Amino acid sequence: MDFVNEFLFGFFPYLCAVVFFLGSWARFDRSQYTWRAQSSQLLRARQLFWGSVLFHAGILLLFFGHLFGLLTPPSVYHALGLSVKGKQILAATAGGIFAIMCFVGMTMLIHRRLTDRRIRATSKRTDIFILLFIYAQLILGIAGLPWSYANLEGTHMLVMAEWSRSVFLFAADPHLLDHVPWIYKIHIVAGMSLFLIFPFTRLVHIWSVPIWFLGRPGWQIVRRQTNLARGGV
Amino acid sequence: MKIRAQIGKVLNLDKCIGCHTCSVTCKNVWTTRQGAEYQWWNNVESKPGIGYPRNWEDQELWRGGWRVKANGRIEPKQGGKWTILANIFANPHMPQIDDFYEPFDFEYTWLHNAPEIESAPTARPISQITGDRIEKIEWGPNWEEICSGEFEKRSRDVNFARIEKAIYGEFENTFMMYLPRLCEHCLNPSCLASCPSGAIYKREEDGIVLLDQDKCRGWRMCVSGCPYKKIYYNWHSGKSEKCIFCYPRIEAGMPTVCSETCVGRIRYLGVMLYDADRIEEAASKANETDLYQAQLDLFLDPDDPQVAEQARRQGIPEAWLEAARHSPVYRMAKVWKVALPLHPEYRTLPMVWYMPPLSPIQSAAEAGALAAYDGVPDVRSLRIPVRYLANLLTAGDEAPVVAALEKMLAMRAFMRRRALDEPEDRTILERVGLSLPQVEDMYRLLAIANYEDRFVIPTTHREAGANAYDERGTCGFTFGLGSNEGNSEFSLFGRDTRRTYGERAHW
Repeated sequence: MDFVNEFLFGFFPYLCAVVFFLGSWARFDRSQYTWRAQSSQLLRARQLFWGSVLFHAGILLLFFGHLFGLLTPPSVYHALGLSVKGKQILAATAGGIFAIMCFVGMTMLIHRRLTDRRIRATSKRTDIFILLFIYAQLILGIAGLPWSYANLEGTHMLVMAEWSRSVFLFAADPHLLDHVPWIYKIHIVAGMSLFLIFPFTRLVHIWSVPIWFLGRPGWQIVRRQTNLARGGV
Repeated sequence: MKIRAQIGKVLNLDKCIGCHTCSVTCKNVWTTRQGAEYQWWNNVESKPGIGYPRNWEDQELWRGGWRVKANGRIEPKQGGKWTILANIFANPHMPQIDDFYEPFDFEYTWLHNAPEIESAPTARPISQITGDRIEKIEWGPNWEEICSGEFEKRSRDVNFARIEKAIYGEFENTFMMYLPRLCEHCLNPSCLASCPSGAIYKREEDGIVLLDQDKCRGWRMCVSGCPYKKIYYNWHSGKSEKCIFCYPRIEAGMPTVCSETCVGRIRYLGVMLYDADRIEEAASKANETDLYQAQLDLFLDPDDPQVAEQARRQGIPEAWLEAARHSPVYRMAKVWKVALPLHPEYRTLPMVWYMPPLSPIQSAAEAGALAAYDGVPDVRSLRIPVRYLANLLTAGDEAPVVAALEKMLAMRAFMRRRALDEPEDRTILERVGLSLPQVEDMYRLLAIANYEDRFVIPTTHREAGANAYDERGTCGFTFGLGSNEGNSEFSLFGRDTRRTYGERAHW
């Protein structure tokens, strides 16, 4: 068992990170034509609006909640006047609300993708797989909420956060997670796997979130011929 | 003054016979791929009608084009940059494929393979999206052809604004015209402005608006942003596509496929010089009826030596200036003013213009009682209401439409007398403000319409665009990289940037 533990929580995070970065880079370099969100709104708008908006808003909030919740050192939130217990309640409650939003949205999207003839017929296998995978991960996260409320002192949260920081400091210590409930462990492994499969699915569109559109000067874009722009000819 | 050149286009609706050759040849060349079956980069509509996609002209519904903000500046009608980004998960103004039509094919193989059966086998329609049978086709790219369908439905056409339309539903008063449509390659494109990825761009050298297939991420904002609904989302590739103005042909000095194959010879292509510095100012006019004149004012006179000198300094090739001096589009749009823009009120400053169609005199019984001067009938007695054409071409201002139609009628009347050896009557020309050389030129361009008069297209200086030496031995255009290493400046696995001395000297 120790071997599996070492692999999943000591080595696997780095494997996922390498595949995530190199895989994304390779795909962007070699096959940009396949780099897109693959929206199916044109084929069926019904169920998409609320499904997509709730799903995206929910999952973005969950992502940033996890990011800041896990990586902020305790000294920082203590300085902000937040106790461990307070943080545990905040995380479980806010996370719970976002998770419900995301769950409702995903349920609509999955129903649409599996039952709508047009969407089903034009789905690639990875489209359905990634949707179900995230759904399963979301359900695991929601299923862990009772454990969180049963442990309001936040001991599990503290060790998971410490482990996360150890991963980011390139000193992953798998033994930190020894006494964490199995449901969290599965959730962690599935979460890392999401980064592993990321470059091979439509998820790559996340890299291209066009926030710089807000800073684009003016509205119009004119392209000059390459050599003219260089002052040639 | 920043002078730029564009290949503009004029369609002479007076001669369009609605044969759809333009649409078919365009489709055969560009859009037979999966996901593009429903895309008609060029389509021909029968007007009045709601068109393809359904009600595309209703911008209260689709929010295409631009609007003027309270501070007098323009922004896309679908919203500013924050609004566009906020709508990225689900675009509330995007048409669904049924608004275009669900693409279909027929089960032709059944005709070949059917066993001996009681009734003759028929080829039934199947959806090209799902592969399922379609029991009833409800809509198509030309569903209203030649007044098909009930007037009640066709009359939802927004060009009936401020018209008592009920009488045009009566058989004796009915009217129709064809409207071939393609991307307008606007001076102020709102599809481009709406693209969060910056994948759409206007080419400086010829004004063609293109969509970079590698940069497109499929956010779909261009689809709702374009008021002409001429950006199509490819449901298979997940990228948007649009008319490319047959740029490989234009670069070689050849007309676009739709223009080349037009049997009615209604299409004209020519260079337009314009002042790029004043685009935003022209598109921001408070009054919609001023937009046509504002766009006309952007076009520069190629015979003006100062314009030519400035254009040369800004790198416009001599051949392009020469072509601009012979541009049929310039004469039709700016000199004779017989060509008008399509829906200037969208504020995109479109560059495909239209000559309004003449139509039969309203009532044969009244023909004798018509107001007519020297054989030129009053344009207001034409069957197609002037107001309808004005709503289509000049944001509702009737004067330019009337002037254009009068010039066309005057040319006909004058040349008719000449053909019949009747004494020449210059008063016909004077009344509409045409000179004799002008009317003869107009006659040659509109009635004779020789190939070399209709299409005055200078070749592109490709040597200025890319280093052809680097392209040798590659297979040109591919999806994916093929034998080409790609064009990215920065690339992990891609382009080999080593240069020998001889090649470097080329830069």
